[in-house]
Amino acid sequence: MSTTAVIIGAGPAGMAAAEMLVHAGLHPTVLDEGGQPGGQIFRKPQAQLQRPLEKLYGFDAARARRVNATFASLRSKIDYRPGIQVWAVGNEILHLIDDSGSSVQAWTHLIVAPGAMDRIAPVRGWTAVGLYSLGGAQIALKAEAAVIGRRVIFAGSGPLLYLVAYQYAEAGVDVAAVLETGHPFAQIARLPALLSGGRLFARGLYYMAALRKRGIPILTGVRLQEVIRDSDDRVTALSFRHRGMEQVESCDAVALGHGLRSETQLADLLDIEFSFDAVQRQWLPKTDQDGRSTASNIYLAGDGLSIRGSEIAEASGRLAASALLHDIGLPAPSKVERDRRTMRSAARFREALERTFAYPHEEVAALPDDVVVCRCEGLSAGAIRQTVERCGEADINRVKAFCRVGMGRCQGRLCGAAAAEIVAAASGTTIESVGRMRGQAPIKPIPLAELVRSRP
Amino acid sequence: MLGKDPSKSRRLTVAHDEIIGITVDGCSYEARLGETVLTALRMANGHVHSFEFYPEKRAGFCLMSACQDCWLWHEDGRRLRACTTRAEDGMTLVTLLPEHC
Amino acid sequence: MSAMFDIAIIGGGLAGCSTALHARLKGASVILFERGRCGGQASGVNYGGVRQQGRHPAELSLSRRSRTIWGSLQQLIGTDCEFAATGHLKLARTDVDMEDLIAHQALLGEHGIHADILDARDLTRRFPYLSGRYAGGSYCGEDGQANPRLVAPAFAKAARALGVVIRENCKIAVAEQAENGFVIRPADGSPAISARRLINTAGAWGAEVAAMFGDVVKETVMAPNMCVTEPIPPLIGPNLGICGGSIYIRQAAHGSVIFGAGLGVADAQALRARPLAEVTLEAAAAAVEMVPHLRNVLLLRSWTGIEGRMPDGLPVLGASPTVEGLFHAFGFSGHGFQLGPAVGAVLAELSLDGDTPTSISGLAMDRFAPFAVPAP
Repeated sequence: MSTTAVIIGAGPAGMAAAEMLVHAGLHPTVLDEGGQPGGQIFRKPQAQLQRPLEKLYGFDAARARRVNATFASLRSKIDYRPGIQVWAVGNEILHLIDDSGSSVQAWTHLIVAPGAMDRIAPVRGWTAVGLYSLGGAQIALKAEAAVIGRRVIFAGSGPLLYLVAYQYAEAGVDVAAVLETGHPFAQIARLPALLSGGRLFARGLYYMAALRKRGIPILTGVRLQEVIRDSDDRVTALSFRHRGMEQVESCDAVALGHGLRSETQLADLLDIEFSFDAVQRQWLPKTDQDGRSTASNIYLAGDGLSIRGSEIAEASGRLAASALLHDIGLPAPSKVERDRRTMRSAARFREALERTFAYPHEEVAALPDDVVVCRCEGLSAGAIRQTVERCGEADINRVKAFCRVGMGRCQGRLCGAAAAEIVAAASGTTIESVGRMRGQAPIKPIPLAELVRSRP
Repeated sequence: MLGKDPSKSRRLTVAHDEIIGITVDGCSYEARLGETVLTALRMANGHVHSFEFYPEKRAGFCLMSACQDCWLWHEDGRRLRACTTRAEDGMTLVTLLPEHC
Repeated sequence: MSAMFDIAIIGGGLAGCSTALHARLKGASVILFERGRCGGQASGVNYGGVRQQGRHPAELSLSRRSRTIWGSLQQLIGTDCEFAATGHLKLARTDVDMEDLIAHQALLGEHGIHADILDARDLTRRFPYLSGRYAGGSYCGEDGQANPRLVAPAFAKAARALGVVIRENCKIAVAEQAENGFVIRPADGSPAISARRLINTAGAWGAEVAAMFGDVVKETVMAPNMCVTEPIPPLIGPNLGICGGSIYIRQAAHGSVIFGAGLGVADAQALRARPLAEVTLEAAAAAVEMVPHLRNVLLLRSWTGIEGRMPDGLPVLGASPTVEGLFHAFGFSGHGFQLGPAVGAVLAELSLDGDTPTSISGLAMDRFAPFAVPAP
C-alpha cells in the first residue's frame, strides 16, 4: 500500500521531519498556516521589511540560514502548501481551508508539529491596548519591523523574557524594565541541571548581562499588579510589588509571558491519548520516545508535543520521521540513536528550566475576583470561582458549560491554563483532576462564507 | 520614506519603505507594504476592534493567530484576521460594523 | 437492610431530574442514579429550542403542559435557565409546505396553542434578514429557546435542596424486581437501594435499561451536528426552522448564533460522539442560505451528543406494559428538550397517583410490539 505522508507544521520540527522523509525517498505533503516556513522562531519578514539575519535572529542567525537553505533544497521534493489551515479531521483525512476555500487531504501517515504559543498568567488590566505576549512582541520586531511600543516593560518569566527584552534593547527601543516573577537566581540546587543546557544556558546569562550593561533594571520575585491605562484603553504604566514595596513604572507597552504552552487541539481531535505533565502543568499528547502517538500512524514532534525549544524540535522531528519510516518498513536512519540521546540529555535541562521559571500558579489561583481571565468573554476570576461554588463543579469542561470560560474566539488558548488553576484552587482539587478543555472543530475560527466556498 | 509620523519610532528602519494607503473607519492612514493589517492598525488608529460585552478597545495580543483578538471587517462586511492578512493599498476597513453602534 | 425509597430513577438527564423534583414535591422519597453528571448527555448539548410548534399530535398535550412549566421555571427551580419566548418561525418553501403549516396551525389550536400564518411579504417586513426564498411561514409567539447546559443541573440542584438523593458518577450494575418493588445495586459496590417504583429515564440507554425487565424495544442513537458562531449584535429574534428541511437556527441573548443540520456520529457504548466536518460544511451552507448575513460571521465550535431514537421518531413514555411499578421515558429522537419538564411532572403522577391528566397514549411503549404479560 502506498504511503501518503502528511506533515502539519513547517517550523523546525516539521522541516526536519520533511528532510528525513525526502532523503528516504518519500514525497511528503507539508501543510502550514504561515505564508513562509520557519514556524515562529524563524519567522521571516516580508521581502519589503527584510533586515539582516544577524539583526533578526542574533545567535540563531546561522541556524536560520541553515533552515532556509534546507527548505530551499527540499522545496521541489515536497508538496509544500503554505497559508493553509487544518480545521477539522475525518477518517484518515484532514479538512483544510485557505483563501480558495475548503478542501480535504487524505493521509496514511501523519506527523503533527503545530508548535506552541505563549503561556498566559492574567494581570489586572491585561486586555489594554499595547499589551502583547512575549512571542507577539518578538514577532512585531522580527517579522513586522514594528515594535510594540516606544517604552516597553517586559514582564513574566522564562528564557524568552530575557531574549526578547535583549532583542528590543538591541533594536534601540527604550526597555524600561524586565520584571521576572520567579526567583531564578535563588535556584542554586538547579545549577548543575541548568548548566547541562550548555550553550543555551550561556546565552541566557549573556542576555541578562547585556541588559544589565545597558542599565536596564532586572527585578526578580516581582508580583505584577495592574496594567494601567488611559481613557482610550492604552497602556500608560504597570504597577507591581517588589521586595515588599509597591512600584509604578511608566510605559506605553508591556510584553507579557510565562514560557510556552503546546498547541494540542489537533492532537485532541485526532483522538490521541493525553497524559498530565506535572512539570509543565499541562495535558500533553502521549507518545513513545520517538513521537509515536497512541493513534495508529500518527506521530508528534516539536513544541506542539512538549515544550523543549527549537533545537530539540529538530531532533524530535527527525525522530518522528524515523518512526514513520520504520513503521512502513524502511531502514532506520543512522542518526536515530544520536537524536534520542540529544532528547534525553535535553530533558534534564528542560525540566530545570521549567522549574526555575515556573508558571506562577499560586498567584494565578489567587487572582483577585475582578481580574479578567477569559478575555474573549470578559469573564473574571470571580465569575469562575462563583461557578465552582454555586454549581459544585470541579471539571473544567463543566465549568466552561456553566460560565462560558473558553467559549470565545480563542477557544481556551489564552484562558485555559489560568482557568484550570482557579478551578482547582476553588474546588480544593488537584490541577490534574480538573481536566483539560477539549479541542473542538474548527481548530480556529473561520467565517462561514469561507467554509462554504469550495476549491475548484 | 515615511514622513514625520509619531509612529515612526515604532517602525524600524528597513532598506526600502514602500508606502501604501489604507482607510480605517473612514479615516486615511499610511502603511508600509509588507506589514500585516494588525501592524498597520497599531501604527494608524491604534486599535483593531471594540469588545462586544463592554466598551473596550482591542489591538490584538499574540500576533500569531492564536488569540483571535484581532478580527475586524472590510467595509463590505467580509471578516478578516488582522495579524494574518497583509495590508494592501486601498484597503477600506472598519473596526465596528454599522449595526454595532 | 437497604433503605426503601418511594421512587428510584435511573438517568439524570432533564427528564429524570424533572421527575425527581416533581415526585419530591408530591411528598415522595426519591433517589436518582446518574452514571456521569446530571445533564451531561443529550440534555446538555442539544440545540436549545423550546417549541410546541411542529410536533406530532401525540406530543402536543405534553408539549403544552411543558410550556407552562417553562414559563414558571423561576418559581419552580429558582432560575429561568435563560428561557426566552422569542417565538418559533417555521418557514415554508412551497405552497404545499404552506398547506401543511395551515393544517398544523389548526391542530395547534385544538391544544390551545396559537400560531400565525405569514406570507412572503410578512416575512420580508418582520424578518428582513431572511433570504427571500420562502413562500411564508408559521410563527408561534410563545415558543422560544433556553440554555440547554443549565436546565437539567438546575432541576437536579432544586431536587437536592428538597431532599432528593442524587448519586452522580454512579453506574448501575443490576436493577431488578424484588419484593415490594425493585432493588438497584450500584456498580461501585455501595449498598443496594430498594424502591417501590422505578423510573427509567436513561435516554439513549433507555432501551438497555428497559430490556433488563423484559421490555424490549429497538432504540438507536443519533447525534445532531451542532455549530455555534461568535457573538454578533441582535439579528435573529425567533428560533428558526423550515418545513422538510434540516436546518435550524437561533440566536442566544449572548449574541452567538447556534445552528444545526444533519447528524454526526455517536457510539452509545463508548459514550462518545463527534460532529462531522462535511456535515458542518453543509450546515454552514444551509445557515447562510437562510440568513445571508451569517456569511461574515465566524464559526467557533461544533459539537454533538448522544440522543436516543425510536423507529417512529416519537419517544416512549408511560407505564411498562409488563412490569407493575416500572415507568419509561426515553428515545426522544432529537426533540426532547422542550418536553423534559412535563415528562417529569407526568412520570411523578403516573408513578405516585397511578394516572396523569396529560394525554400521552400515543407514546405508549406497547405501540411497538405485542408485549407478553407474564402468566400470573
